[in-house]
Amino acid sequence: MNVLVCVKRVPETSGEVLLTADAQEVDARYVGYTTSAHEECAVEIAIEVAGATGGTATVMTLGSADAVDQLRAALGVGCTAAVLVEADSSAFGPSDVAREIAAVVRDHEAAGTAYDLVLLGNDAADTGDHQVGIRVAHALGRPVVNGVTEVSADGDAVVAHGEGPEGRETYRVPTPAVATILEGGVEPRYPTITGRMKAKKVEVERRVPSADPVGPGRVRLLLPPAQPSSVVVLGEGKQAAGAVVDLLEKLGVAR
Amino acid sequence: MTLVLVELDASGLTEVSREAVTFAREHPVGAGEVHVVVLGEPSEEAVDQLTAYGVDAVHLVTGAASETYGGAAWAAGVSAVQKATAAEVVLAAGTERGNEVLAHLAAEREVPFAANVVALTSADPVVVHRQVMGGSVLEETRVEGIPVVLSLAGHAVAPVPAASPSDPSLTEHEVDVPEVARVARVVSVEQAGPDHSAGLKSARVVVGAGRGAGGPQGFGPVSDLARILGGELGVSRVVTSLGWRPHHEQIGQTGSRISPEVYIPCGISGAIQHWAGCASSKVILAINTDAEAPMMTKATYAVVGDMHEVVPAIVAELESRGHHA
Repeated sequence: MNVLVCVKRVPETSGEVLLTADAQEVDARYVGYTTSAHEECAVEIAIEVAGATGGTATVMTLGSADAVDQLRAALGVGCTAAVLVEADSSAFGPSDVAREIAAVVRDHEAAGTAYDLVLLGNDAADTGDHQVGIRVAHALGRPVVNGVTEVSADGDAVVAHGEGPEGRETYRVPTPAVATILEGGVEPRYPTITGRMKAKKVEVERRVPSADPVGPGRVRLLLPPAQPSSVVVLGEGKQAAGAVVDLLEKLGVAR
Repeated sequence: MTLVLVELDASGLTEVSREAVTFAREHPVGAGEVHVVVLGEPSEEAVDQLTAYGVDAVHLVTGAASETYGGAAWAAGVSAVQKATAAEVVLAAGTERGNEVLAHLAAEREVPFAANVVALTSADPVVVHRQVMGGSVLEETRVEGIPVVLSLAGHAVAPVPAASPSDPSLTEHEVDVPEVARVARVVSVEQAGPDHSAGLKSARVVVGAGRGAGGPQGFGPVSDLARILGGELGVSRVVTSLGWRPHHEQIGQTGSRISPEVYIPCGISGAIQHWAGCASSKVILAINTDAEAPMMTKATYAVVGDMHEVVPAIVAELESRGHHA
């Protein structure tokens, strides 16, 4: 199967987050960038499915020229081709991004490379939109399985597993199809030195957007109001055990 | 009028669906009515809760749209009810299913969809605040479309029954769905075992452990504490990344979001991604050697110390007072 996996360059916000003066973006001076965790798993699945079926794994992103770092990271672990739609991603809303992904699929198909499976993260770590994959599926007229953690090829279909309200759910959909991935079903691999060397040599296909973006509807970003610390310190070390159990009994959770 | 897609479980209406109905009632649009759409057959408990929560009308979707779960198929059902009622807003709890169904609805109708909303600041035009960056940042967003499609972040409001119960009308809608929307459906469900993360999400007590556990062998005492308190064990992302514990135990932005009565994070510093998953806990009792760690300063209560000393001492104290698993 030929697989297209979509990734996004997102701020690494494990520390304190600051905003730009116009409140439109996270202030990038104090953060690094990474690939969303769900998408790291999507890349791993793309490589596994392509490897098991003798197909290809192509990675794409829409973003600034710097987003080539995220493409190289995916190439370093086993993707063999990469596409960068170079644009200011903050001006693109979910429907804009979905349109651009669909445009890559259609254009590559017209050029002779059809994708049996398009993989995306269930939601991006920064915008948390929960919809790009489904909009891609609608744009292409393909079935989509959403929020799954495992995907494997089974002839002309893909079998996917995810966690539902009542237990582990199984989907079986004919290809071509779209799937959005949640972290947790696979362990993303680390790049080898050989992989990194190869990744540097791959020529990235660079494109411009197919249409002007409608936009995300963002008015501004806001930081939640800081909550003053009102922590009650029960004590230090094991001497605090009595006070802790007093509290658990008072709260009614010590049975 | 707001149309709320509600989800059901063994207890009737899920807690987050009760939150969504409460949010709809507290943020009226148009004539201010709250209608709900239910896929499948609601239990008597669910009907009683809908009455208690003051909904004006219940719409039951039957037919192909309500068969085994499929996001596109359920969306077809919700879409049919929206068209029949001309609801200005369609709302659901921001669960995996809620977000999936609404995304299909929005894609089919070619309207925007704002996920993880925590507040509606204007009804005309609709302007919302929604969580981004795992909840560490809010985005003020203008949402234009017919209908306006919104999902509600978990615990953005407390579920509150109406001041007086309602006497909702009941309408059945038999909805067929196009073949393309029937393709991606659940074909089988393996009933939840002991590792099902739903237990973590609904637990009354959660005991958490992070890098401070020191390795895969370091979880015995925290597991004991969770068991004695009738709770569940949860872990930070670094623990699952290191392979010390399985992913279904992960709390955080890409793991489970919990809202227990008491959360006891042990050896967890409280990075933003983890905080996104536990911020809805009613009481947080943090145990950490670093008194300045974010989890310690944000907690309700704290104990400064090594979890390997403190947790066994708590377990021993509980047992000495007659608390056993």
